[in-house]
Formats: sequence, structure tokens, C-alpha cells
Amino acid sequence: MTYSTVPITMRAYRAPLRSIPLHFSAACFTGALITDIAYSQTAEMTWANFSAWLLASGLVFGGLALLAGIIDIFRRRFRFAGGAAWIYVAASLAVFVVSFFNAFIHSRDAWTSVVPMGLTLSIVAFVLMIVAAIFGSITERRIVEGY
Amino acid sequence: MVRYRFTKAVTAAALVACSGAFLSACSGDEPDPGSEIGADPKLPEQSQYLIPPMHVAKVVGWKDGERPKVADGFKIQALASGLKHPRSVYTLPNGDILAVESVAPPEASAKRPKDLIMGFVQSFATGGGGGGNEGSNRITLLRDADGDGVAEVHDVLLDHLNSPFGVVLVGNDLYVANTDAIVRYPYKPGETKITDPGTVLTELPGGPIDHHWTKSLTASEDGSLLYVGVGSNSNITENGIQAERDRAAIWEVDRESGRHRIYASGLRNPNGLSIEPQTKALWTVVNERDELGPNLVPDYMTSVKDGAFYGWPYSYYGQNVDPRVMPQRPDLVAKAIAPDYALSSHVAPLGMTFASGTSLPADYREGAFVGEHGSWNRNAFNGYKVVFVPFAGGKPNGSPKDVVTGFLDGDEQARGRPVGVAIDKLGALLVADDVGNTVWRVSATQ
Repeated sequence: MTYSTVPITMRAYRAPLRSIPLHFSAACFTGALITDIAYSQTAEMTWANFSAWLLASGLVFGGLALLAGIIDIFRRRFRFAGGAAWIYVAASLAVFVVSFFNAFIHSRDAWTSVVPMGLTLSIVAFVLMIVAAIFGSITERRIVEGY
Repeated sequence: MVRYRFTKAVTAAALVACSGAFLSACSGDEPDPGSEIGADPKLPEQSQYLIPPMHVAKVVGWKDGERPKVADGFKIQALASGLKHPRSVYTLPNGDILAVESVAPPEASAKRPKDLIMGFVQSFATGGGGGGNEGSNRITLLRDADGDGVAEVHDVLLDHLNSPFGVVLVGNDLYVANTDAIVRYPYKPGETKITDPGTVLTELPGGPIDHHWTKSLTASEDGSLLYVGVGSNSNITENGIQAERDRAAIWEVDRESGRHRIYASGLRNPNGLSIEPQTKALWTVVNERDELGPNLVPDYMTSVKDGAFYGWPYSYYGQNVDPRVMPQRPDLVAKAIAPDYALSSHVAPLGMTFASGTSLPADYREGAFVGEHGSWNRNAFNGYKVVFVPFAGGKPNGSPKDVVTGFLDGDEQARGRPVGVAIDKLGALLVADDVGNTVWRVSATQ
């Protein structure tokens, strides 16, 4: 049996630059969903305040991830390898855009800063992050395997 | 041409953005606020913003020779300028005038990112204008002995106060409402400096969160009771309902013992506490809630009934429920009463005084003067003037008339902003102009 390319295990793995900020961002947005749920159950303002900070932090890390992702393209740590890559990019950008609007919704005062629109957008962002994660791993495998 | 296309593209994008259900921050859809003045205002539908308008006038101050405009029959002059953020004025029986100069207490720590942004934007509204606020938090005594309308004497009567606002004299006791306490000082007519450290009569809700910090003060007709306005600690409970304990209310304080009770509640930010001369009823002007739209919720003036609940935070103008408050309280909404007279939205009335005497023009002898500090939560400015609401039989009767205007210049920059108002011993109207650092005296031309 011959390999047309070098086996995966033999390549030095270079982590994409966007990886770390993207994960921080995802953690922040996930946290915002959790604190939104906590607020919707308790009406305790502390939870809504947590959400607002988490969204703001997530957007900062998300912005860094966007820059890093562009650098990754130039460093050939990312390329549009098929439909999965496009879905990954679209879903990731959508998370950012949805959370951007969500940050403004969360700047309202008290209950309606979260319920219903803020919580809804947090759920949408969370679902989009799962989509991005699935298609991101497919894309990553394809890139690493050299498709 | 390229620039024109770019502008068009931006305009188009803005229009698309504006068409969103929750985006209403564009000036195009701000109707005239004139329909929401008077006893029965037409309230529009609520709209919640994606980005609330934060439009405050940049402070430029008064240049030499500039002064506000006044209605026909009046003239205006600066009783005193070069003050430091004067927020209220009060006339003593001997004709001396107290200008309460105060700075806001320090902001509470930021609870969320919005607090940082709001703090930055609002700093434009209070800064600038020359004079500065350093050394403020004091009461300056002004004396115009020769009656030319300009005070020759400026003496610091009391210094190192804690964000004072209200002041009232009963007998020989001078009461000052700092943001955290009512303090009593012995006063002798004619003196220009009080050295007594003062005695705390009653502590008031102050920091660490002290959102609406101005404590307006007046005394009952017989002098036995004091009424003090204690504003809410938030726009609409976003600092938690716990922070609102004993706030958004007018307290009645026993002048001898300091014992107090809530006289009326549900008043978001009551100021300008005054006794109506005919009925002897207590009146106040109230700053209503923000961020429900450019024309919601109209600020108002109202007589204050003992034990009444005026809605905040749960509802406004009776039973109009505010969806931002959770848990809701249908039991309290049911008993909320509507105020007497709407003044239009976001005009920010911070001072009120009833006309007295006969020295002002005939149309201005029965009614209330209201100092409207001016809007920030709508794109088109509203307020920034002193109006007169005519009264008959102890009730508002007719539309407000502009008395003092011209606080904004042609570029919509603030030369000054009116706050507290009072009538001096000769019957002229006094207006404290906080960012203009001036006390204006408005009198009849004859």
C-alpha cells in the first residue's frame, strides 16, 4: 500500500492562529446563554449583567478570531475546502453578527434586555456555534489531510 | 459624486436598519411631542430600541453679552455669574438669595458595559462651560442690596456639603438636603457665613448607587413638616429592585424629631417640591422613564396626594404597564393614579416654583414656572427652557408658555441649561443655570 501524501501523523501539526480566540469567544457566548437562562428564571439583575459582559467579551475575542482567521488564510492554515468550509465560515460569522445585535438588546434595561429577544438570540448563537464546530472539524480534517 | 453615492448607500443602509421592528433610533420617526402636554396626553405605542438615542447638547457656555431669550413683557439679566454648577435657588425672607452649587456624587462602579458608555456620553452634558465644578458642593449667598438686579455680595454660606440640592428655611432653622441627609443649621438673618457644623435631621438614601441624587426639599404651610423628594436608583429597576428601597418617593419628615414616612410613592424622580398657594397642596415635577421611545414617557407635574402611588416602576399614567419590570405587580398597577399634567417627554423638569405677587406681567401671576433641563433620550432636543403653566383655582388651566428660551445656540450647543427656579423678594423669577454657571433674574420690563 502506498500513500499519495505524507500520513497525517507524520505532519507537524500547526494549530490555526484563530483557534484560541475563537474558543474563548465560544465560551463567552455559551456563558451568556447560561446566564440568560438564569436571569429568565430568577429576574435577578446580576445574571443579566453577567450576560452583557460575556457578550461584550465574546465580541472582543470574536473580533480577534476574525483577524486571526484572515491571517490563517494567508498562512495557508485555512482554505475553502469544499462546502463544509463555507458553512463553517458562514456559521462563525453569523455567530458574531447575531451576538453583536444581542449585545445591543442586552443594553436595554431590566427584563426585556433578556426576555424574549436576548435569550432567543443567545440560543440562536449557541446553535450556530454547534454548526460551526461540526463543519469546522470536517473542514480541519480535510485541510490537514490535504484535500 | 462618489461621495454622494456613498452618502446614499449609507442612507439606504440606515433606512433598512430603521425598518426593523426594534430599531427606532432614527430621527425621522420622532413625531412632534406637542400632543403629550396637558391633563390628558395622548400616549404613543411603546418602542424599545436596539440603540437608544443618546443625544446631549455639547456645553459651550455663555460668551460675553449673550443671555437667554425671554417672552414679551420680560427682561433678563445675570443676577450672578461665575458660579460653580448652580442647581437650585432659594429666596430668604430678607431678600438674600441662596444658590446651591453642587456636583453629582461619584458614579457607582459599572454594572455592565452600557454604564461605561452612558457615563462617557453624559459627561458631555455636565462638563465644559467654563467655571468648572472644582470647589463646588456649597451654598453661595447672593445679595443685591441696591436692587439693580445684580448681586454685589457673593459669600460662601456653607461649604463642603455632600451634593446638596434642596434648601428651606423654617423660622431660624435652615434645612439643607444633601444627597444622603437633611441637615439643620442655625440661621440668623443677614449673616453670610454659617460656622455651625449642622445637625443631621434625617438620613436619606444615598450611595453607593445614587442614580437620581437630587433631593428636593420644601416645608408644609405651618412649618411642622418637611417634604423631600427621593428619586429612583435606576431608569427602570436595572440596578435591582433592592436598590429602590424607600426611593422613587416623597418623604414626609417631622421637623422636630426627624421621624419620617413615605408620603407618596411611584414617583420616579420628583423635584421642584412646592406648596400651591391657593389650595396649600404639595406639588412636584417628575422625570419619567427613558428608552420606551422618543415620546414616552412624558414628564409631568402633579399635586401629590397623601399615600398615593403614581406607578413607577410598574406602570405609567395609570395602568400603562412597563414590560421591563419583573416580577410585575398587578396589585400595585391597579391602584396607580395618573398625574395631573404632562409636560412632554424627556424635557427633564428639575425645578418648579409658583408665581406670587404682582410684579410679573398679568398673565404670569397665577401658575407655576418649570425649569426644563432638557432631553438626552431623543434625537430632537426637547426642553432646555423655562415654561409657565397657568393655573386657575389651584389647577393647571391652559397650555404652557415659554418664558425663558435660547439656552441652545443655533448649532444646538448648550450655552446653559435651566434647573431650579424661585421667586425673589421683589417678585422676579430666578433661574439656576447649572452648565452656564449663572443665576438669571427675569423681571417685568416696566
